[in-house]
This record gives sequence, structure tokens and C-alpha cells, in this order.
Amino acid sequence: MHKAFFTALIGLLTVALPAHAAIDETINAAVATVTTPFVNFIFSPLPGTSFPWIVLWLVIAATIFTVYFLFIQFRAFPHAIALVSGKYADPDDAGEVSHFQALTTALSGTVGLGNIAGVAVAVSIGGPGATFWMILAGLMGMASKFTECTLAVKYRNEYDDGGVSGGPMYYMSKGLKERGFGWLGKPLAILFSIFCVLGSLGGGNMFQANQAHAQITNLFGEYPGWITGVVFALIVFAVIIGGLKSIAQVTEKIVPMMAVLYVGAALIILVMNYDKIGWAFGQIFAGAFTGLGVAGGLVGALIQGFKRAAFSNEAGVGSAAIAHSAVKTKEPITEGFVSLLEPFIDTVVICTMTALVIIITGVMQQDPQTGLYVWNAELGRVATAGDVSGVALTSAAFASAFSWFPWVLGIAVVLFAFSTMISWSYYGLKAWTYMFGEGKAQELTFKIIFCIFVVFGAAMNLGPVIDFSDAAIFAMALVNIVALYILMPVVRAEMTSYMERLKSGVFDIKH
Amino acid sequence: MTKEIFVVAYEGDADGEKVLDYALARAKRADAELLLVHILEWSPYKFLTQEEVAERSKRRRQEMAVAETKLMSPALAKCAAAGVTTKGEIRYGQVVDLIVKIAGEAKATQIFVGRTGSHSVAARIFGSVPLGLAQLSPIPTVIVP
Repeated sequence: MHKAFFTALIGLLTVALPAHAAIDETINAAVATVTTPFVNFIFSPLPGTSFPWIVLWLVIAATIFTVYFLFIQFRAFPHAIALVSGKYADPDDAGEVSHFQALTTALSGTVGLGNIAGVAVAVSIGGPGATFWMILAGLMGMASKFTECTLAVKYRNEYDDGGVSGGPMYYMSKGLKERGFGWLGKPLAILFSIFCVLGSLGGGNMFQANQAHAQITNLFGEYPGWITGVVFALIVFAVIIGGLKSIAQVTEKIVPMMAVLYVGAALIILVMNYDKIGWAFGQIFAGAFTGLGVAGGLVGALIQGFKRAAFSNEAGVGSAAIAHSAVKTKEPITEGFVSLLEPFIDTVVICTMTALVIIITGVMQQDPQTGLYVWNAELGRVATAGDVSGVALTSAAFASAFSWFPWVLGIAVVLFAFSTMISWSYYGLKAWTYMFGEGKAQELTFKIIFCIFVVFGAAMNLGPVIDFSDAAIFAMALVNIVALYILMPVVRAEMTSYMERLKSGVFDIKH
Repeated sequence: MTKEIFVVAYEGDADGEKVLDYALARAKRADAELLLVHILEWSPYKFLTQEEVAERSKRRRQEMAVAETKLMSPALAKCAAAGVTTKGEIRYGQVVDLIVKIAGEAKATQIFVGRTGSHSVAARIFGSVPLGLAQLSPIPTVIVP
């Protein structure tokens, strides 16, 4: 009934607007022309290789933070769980933002289409081996997230009325000044803000709208993307400009349930195919070092794995630092500990689930003779059933076990997309107002631009959208990591002091 | 000799006034002191939007200020006028658990609570404050109709 109504509505819109395809193509061509030079710069390879320098930048940073903080992501993992469960929470702080709330709010901005569509893109281009590098990137990214979120709390602005502003812009301007790099702080903060605005329009907006549209067409049939874009833009408009907060509040409550449902369904598929789990991990390990016939081999798998992990968990990017900065704590380092759970949940758990389901269900075509994956040179990825990629590939993988799952995934994708958009509209807004000052006119300008980009994202092809989204997110990391290097001794001092006090029993377990 | 302490779970609405009047009458008769407790329902595990997270501290201050000026201060003034020594406490958390905890800390001998919401469908399924107190409180609890 609903499907028939929806199909009829789309049909009506399609007939009434004959220029629909031309609108999508025009948007695609116009936006791609503007974004291509930026994308090319961010993903330009190291001389004499095909390895993008930006990926190396992230890998090196995550490795340095991991070593510098003596594998803090593993050492502090149990303590992070204790903090999130509220064991150390001060009862006098009840009513303030708890560690759990800061973590789940930040997660609602990161858990989304990167986990569903992004992983599918990674394994279809980089092969199953991309999963290995994705997990590794997730584990190391925990140290990057720990660093940036500690700094975000330490250098946040706390106002007399109780309001808080925090994030990379603030630790860049305040922290770098404190370290004797005052001349660098402000320009870096401005540069970060520019990239953050672009990131919010790209990965936090266009990519989400694009893949939400892809899943809707997957269910209801093809129709112009700009229609989805306009509908989405109107809803986003109602929330961020119209002040219809109830939509955001409802979404915020449903999204965690959808995440649980998604992981639950993936687990059921894995249990149903338990005999293939060992084989799937074999494919992941073999593919990580040989490529298993995928063009690009080891390097191709590594690049895709790291790219999609960074895009999904945003470690080193600086976005989640804005969300974590509002927590109530006397010890900034505690939020760092809590935040390191974010890449773990996002990448090591959820992304791996998606990858395993795609590999195990056999939606990627393999040559039965050689065991190698069939490479579709024209599309530049592994051949798949129905030649699909992105969210459609994940949907096909889940549908091979549960025919009805694409419907659930459709709802999940729309909600994830919407929740990520709302979170990123806030990150973008904070960066925008940092540059142009607080004020209704400035805020309204950004919010209108944000809504327009929803339409662009839904109307464009996946290729240009994902390139621009990646480039914008990575550009944020480019600037953020410079500040993290300069400020990491501050984090180490905080960490050492806290760990000593924790061992001496200064902090009581309150609950 | 120290006076008995009665805890009043005070909501500030019409039912709250009935509870307060009843507790005042009992306190006068027993020469007891009152401890008015107003709990702002809160869970640290509730999901918040990005904007709610950013504004939480500010909102908390506003909520505390409203509870203090609109609710607690007039109630304390009423108790003072009635000649009953009364203290007030405003806290965030789970209502039933906190009232039981505060009553325990104050070594209270009775709890007074209104019947608000105890007959709603949600209360029947999830339990209401008076029913929760009746079940959990280690001291006598008076549910004022």
C-alpha cells in the first residue's frame, strides 16, 4: 500500500517535471568542475607511487600517537568502559552531560553511512584485504581520537551562563599560544574551520543524502535524485532553521536502536554462516597482503582500508572533538579515554561486521578456478551481483540472508543519514561562526547553504560526491594533526598525572 | 533530643500542595522537621542531540533556578510561616532512588508523597513514584490522595 503510494507519487513528480534528468546532470557537472582541483590536490600520490600522501599523513599520525602514548588505546580500554558506565561520576554533576552522553552523541555523528556504504566501497575497490587495514586504522585511530578529545575539553571556552564552545578551533588558538606558537594558532584555526565547513557539506551532508537516495531507489525504483534532495532539505530545514527539534530528538533516540538492529542482523548472518567465518578472515588476511587479484594489490587494499576507516570514524579529523568538548568533567583526560571507544565501536566492531557480511554472503564475484576476485576494469572495482556498489552492495549482501532486510536498511540508512547531517550541520555551524562570529544572520546563511547542498548530494553521482566528501574530511585532518603534534606533550602530561593519581586511589568509584 | 525528620517528595503542583499541607499538619503534631525534596528526573544514559549536549550546562542552571525560585522558595516560606523548621533540596536523578537515598542520609522517619500519575497506563506498566516508594522505601511512606 505504502509502496504503491510512494511509487505513484514519484511517478507523478517524474512526469510533471520532464527536465529531471537534466537537472541531476547539470548539478553533477557543475559541482564536479569546482571540486575536482581540490580533490586532486588532497589525493595526489607521493612522487613515483600511487600512494596518496594524505593517507600516509593519517597513518603516520595514528602510529606516532599510539607509540607516544604507549598504546593508550589498549591500556586505558577497561578504564574507559568504567568511565562510560558512570563508575567515577560525581553525583553532584547529575543533570550535566555524562561521559555516556558525550560518547553516544559523538557516535551518532560518526556511525552512519560510512559504516554501511563506505565499507562496501572499500571492499569492492580494495578487496576483502581492505578490511584488515580498516581494522588496523580503527585501532590506531583510537589514539588520535584520544589526543584530540582530551585537548578539546582542556581548551574549551566555558561561558558565565554555562554554555560551552570547544573543538579544534579552540585548542589551536589557545593551546598553540600556550606552547609558544601563537602566530600559528589563529591561521590554523581558520584553515581548519574552512575545511570543517567543507567537510560538513561533503561527508556530513552530500554523501549522506546521496547514499540515502541510492537506498530509496534500490527499494522503489529509479527516480531523480534531486527529489529526494528537496524532501531531505525541507526536513533538515525544519530542524535546523525552523527549530523543529522534536524531529532531531526522535531521530536521536531511534538511531541507537537502528544501530543495534543492524549489528544484530549482521551477527545473525554470521552465526548462520559460522562455518565461513574462518574462511572470511582468511580472505581478509590474504587480501591484505596479496590483493587476491584486486587491482592495486596490497597498496590498493591499504589505501581503501585507511580511507574508509578515516572517513567512518573521523579519528584525527577533529569533528568529534566538538561533540566531546561539552562533557562535565574536572579531568579533561577522562573524555580522551572515553572517546577512544568511538573508533573501536565504529570501525573495529560495526565496519568489520559489514565487511564480513559482504564477504561471507558472496555478493562479490570470485573466479571458482583461481579463487581470485573478478575485476571489472570498466567500473574500477570487483564485479558484484547486479554490478552494484556502495549501500546497494551492502543491501544485496543482507538481502541474500533476509529478503526483507533492504526495507529495514532503507529506514536505517535514512535515519543514519539524517542524524549524521544534523550532527555535521552543528559542527559546520560552529566552524562557520568561529570564522564569521556568532549572530543570527551568520547562522542562517550557513544553514541555508547546508540545505542547498543536501539537494546537490542527492542529485549527483556517487563518484564525485565521495571524492569531494573524502577530500574535505581529510583536509580537516591535515590541519588538525599539525596542532595535535604540537600539543601532544600537554596530553601526555595530563595522562601521566591522571594515571598516577588513579593508581594511588585518589579517584573513588562512586557507584 | 533531636526532632524527627519527615521527607516530603515535593512536586509543586496542586497535588504537591496537598502533600505539603498534610505533611505540615503531621509535622506540627509530632513536633518534627520537614525536608522538602524536589527531583528533576534525569538519566545519564539518556540520548541527547548535539545541540542539547552543547546547551546542557546552561539548561541545567536555568532548570535549577526555576525550581529554586518558583517551587522551593515559596514552599519553604509557607513552612516557615506555619512554624515548622524545614530544609529544601533540589537534585537531578531517578526520583524514587534519590528520595530513598536522601531519606536514608537524613535519618528521616517518614516519607510523604502525592498520588499523581499512579493510575495512568504508563505508571501501571513502568511503576509510578508513589508505588515505587511504597515498594522500595525502608521507612513508612504516606501516599496522600
